[in-house]
Amino acid sequence: MTDTVIAKHQLESQGKNNFGFWIYIMTDCVLFATLFATYAVLNRATAGGPGAKELFSLPFVLAETMILLTSSFTCGLAVLSAKNGNKKQLLYWLVITFLLGLAFISMEIYEFNQLIYEGHNWTKSAFLSAYFVLVGTHGLHIITGLTWIAVLTKKITKSGLTTKTSGSLAMLGIFWHFLDIVWIFIFSFVYLIGASL
Amino acid sequence: MFGRLSLDALPTELVTIGGALTMIGGACTIIIALTYFKKWGWLWKNWLTSQDPKKIGTMYIILSIVMLLRGAGDALMIRAQQAIASGNSGFLSSDTFQQVFSAHGTIMIFFVAMGLMFGIINLVLPLQLGTRDVAFPFLNSLSFWLFVAGFILINTSLVIGEFSTAGWLAYPPLSGLEYSPGVGVDYWIWALQLSGLGSLISGINFFVTIIKMRAPSMKLMDMPIFAWSVLGAMALVMAVFPILTVTLALLSLDRLMGMHFFTSTHGGNPMMYINLIWAWGHPEVYILVLPAFGIYSEIVATFSKKKLFGYKSMVWAIMSITILSFLVWLHHFFTMGGGANVNAFFGIMTMVIAIPTGVKVFNWLFTMFRGRISFTSPMIWFLGFITTFTIGGMTGVLLAVPAIDFQVHNSLFLVAHFHNMIIGGVVFGYMAGLTYWFPKFTGFKLHEGLGKLAAWLWITGFVTAFGPLYVLGLMGATRRLDHYDASLGWQWLFIVAAFGLLMILSGVATQILQLAYSIYRRKQLVDTTGGDPWDGRTLEWATASPPPHYNFAVIPEASGIDSFWAQKQSKKKAKKLKLEPIVMPKNTGAGIIIAGFSFVMSFALIWHIWWLAIIGFVGAIITLITHLTNDDHEYVISPLELKREEAKAGREGLYL
Amino acid sequence: MSKNTNKIDSSLINYTAGFVFSILLTITAYIVARDGLFQSWALVYVILGLAVSQLFVQAFFFLHLGEEKKPRLNLMTFIFTLIVVTILVVCTLWIMKNLNYNMMPHEQDKYMLEQNNKSSF
Repeated sequence: MTDTVIAKHQLESQGKNNFGFWIYIMTDCVLFATLFATYAVLNRATAGGPGAKELFSLPFVLAETMILLTSSFTCGLAVLSAKNGNKKQLLYWLVITFLLGLAFISMEIYEFNQLIYEGHNWTKSAFLSAYFVLVGTHGLHIITGLTWIAVLTKKITKSGLTTKTSGSLAMLGIFWHFLDIVWIFIFSFVYLIGASL
Repeated sequence: MFGRLSLDALPTELVTIGGALTMIGGACTIIIALTYFKKWGWLWKNWLTSQDPKKIGTMYIILSIVMLLRGAGDALMIRAQQAIASGNSGFLSSDTFQQVFSAHGTIMIFFVAMGLMFGIINLVLPLQLGTRDVAFPFLNSLSFWLFVAGFILINTSLVIGEFSTAGWLAYPPLSGLEYSPGVGVDYWIWALQLSGLGSLISGINFFVTIIKMRAPSMKLMDMPIFAWSVLGAMALVMAVFPILTVTLALLSLDRLMGMHFFTSTHGGNPMMYINLIWAWGHPEVYILVLPAFGIYSEIVATFSKKKLFGYKSMVWAIMSITILSFLVWLHHFFTMGGGANVNAFFGIMTMVIAIPTGVKVFNWLFTMFRGRISFTSPMIWFLGFITTFTIGGMTGVLLAVPAIDFQVHNSLFLVAHFHNMIIGGVVFGYMAGLTYWFPKFTGFKLHEGLGKLAAWLWITGFVTAFGPLYVLGLMGATRRLDHYDASLGWQWLFIVAAFGLLMILSGVATQILQLAYSIYRRKQLVDTTGGDPWDGRTLEWATASPPPHYNFAVIPEASGIDSFWAQKQSKKKAKKLKLEPIVMPKNTGAGIIIAGFSFVMSFALIWHIWWLAIIGFVGAIITLITHLTNDDHEYVISPLELKREEAKAGREGLYL
Repeated sequence: MSKNTNKIDSSLINYTAGFVFSILLTITAYIVARDGLFQSWALVYVILGLAVSQLFVQAFFFLHLGEEKKPRLNLMTFIFTLIVVTILVVCTLWIMKNLNYNMMPHEQDKYMLEQNNKSSF
């Protein structure tokens, strides 16, 4: 009897959990907005060093953007397979999402590495500090998301689609879409506008 | 191996050695007492791992009161120094004096006011909403323990190293690496970062609790005003604490990794820090005061035996304050280079926000009008509030005029103004709330006579302590002075202010006496009404005192405002209720362990002990993941057990 | 069962539509920037406009904000956040611009250059 009562309780908690996670995402929006505002204030403060126009390569970033966008799509497909009750398909899409995310973050690390190697590290100017922190914070979120996908994939393989794992998957979906939206703003604001003005 | 940490970090000055010894002595006494009475297991099982908001709330309040005593000690040192240092250098070195006022502000806002607020919310909110728990019990315990980690960190600074000398908001470039190379600012950053993170999590938690966990029959417009005020405050927490997190992180990156956000070289912009910290800081004031407004509303209605006047206008006032408080932050730096347009806009918005606040004041007055008022001690606190707060509001509107602000900014006039709001508005409110809800959680009332005496000592002490500061401010005394010229003739006013502080402190002493005496006489002061000593109006009074850990055996009906009052008036015989099995969260140590690792990480980052920081970080993450992937979080109380528990409180007759 | 499949099909169409729209918007923005189709502020507004449209596309198709049942809590908190974020960013930029203007930028620049020459990392 105890188990059924708890199962019912967990099912009823879904709405509350999803809403709570949504509120967390909203606070994260404010966090990124603060970083964007800081970047906007400091983006001309290059202290005589190179600015966005000299540093960024647009085709490279476009590739990154496409990869992340695709991963957002595949993540949505994973959520959809879960709703369909298709565990095999779900795991397949999760792995694809993970690999795309990994590719994205590797490209970002490569880009950072390249900048630092060329001597444009974060101590050089306020602009570079703001750039590394804004893009790096997004990167940290992606790493969090990748860890989440890994843990969840293992859990689903082990115990299947329970109330808890599907709840977790729904939240992961929101998280991943959110990160894609944030990236769109980084792409537009930091890279596209930065490189053309 | 140990970064910057060495034996030099121990305090050398007499005052700081005294502080350090007090801290070490206090910690040792607690540890020895716990070991001697073999209470560690009990403490761990019943308190440290508890998920019960009533216990978490109690712990918040205990810690906040400890911090109130430390903050009051700082205040005493500031007042003593300024009363003495007329034409001489006083008894504190200027470095210590700076640490003292920085610590005073930081402690009073982050660890006293915030702690009391979350304590009271934890205690009262679930009961008022007719629910058994908050939305996310584990996160509730996690945010409390992060608060504790910040608390320990800020007290560690007394023993190991030093505290920030850069004021309670640590403006750069003074707080940057160039001008504050020591560990003081780092202590400040990390103590705030941890407790701020805790506040953010709590904000999300209580917001969701209000939206999703109310008794099913309670509509939003049926909620007690306290719940509304918490909703507004928590919406603000969600919206602005991320700004604080980012701002502190950026300052920390400047100091740790040589970045240039707020430095005065390499294009950094210190004004951006001031802009961001006040974009958080101004709403923060409203985060503190909104719940206090809610408490006053409950108290006035209860002790006037009337429905709150203008419930709807009160709700609208709270919501408009919530939105407007985002649009005033520049008034904290009118004089730092803003042009006429910017200053005019923010000045006008500041005056506009006084309107909903005024609406609330009139609502309270009209609630009292023709009510049957009983002048209990919570009512005395309320009357003290409404007079001092109105005065504080008036001086606030004065400061909102940029032209006047240019005259009195950064002076003691400003200091008097914000203490007027924070003590008169926030502290009086929380004191009133603690007195009002005390019997709910202990089963006996606080001694009324001592309570009234304490309130009067606070109120008169407050006027005596801060009245002179208004005058001094107009005479040109700036804030944070560690000495001044004797020819200015300020000394007597500072002495009066110090005398006022002594009155406040005797009020605090009276409160401690009141608590001790009430516990001693608890048999006589016991609440014989079965949980409703004040003839209350809202749902928290509908359950036993102290409430069982599951709050309500059956979720109560709540239709309309003051539903419990209506129920009492209707004289209809209540139907017997059917008990159902209920699900409650299991205790877990994950919160305290994660906070422990976060403490280790922060301490290591302050002292640049990199390997230890990594251990702390990884430990926290692994504990979190382990807890989240574990499925065993709940347990069930069967109807039989419920009936047994209810019988203990003599309430078994209510159920089938 | 057939009802269920229909629902999933429509979700699949939703996701695919969102994906296609997003790609189109991204590439448009890329081309606008690469070929310099607009100058200075016009370019900023166009690219930010495209980003904001993509925000709404993804919020609708990926986050399903439009399909929510009453009382539409997610949508309301989303709007609240948008208001907060707009106030924060717009007011910050306005304030900082004003401060820079009033704090004599030329004087500051000169001072900054001096400082940079003195201490270079």
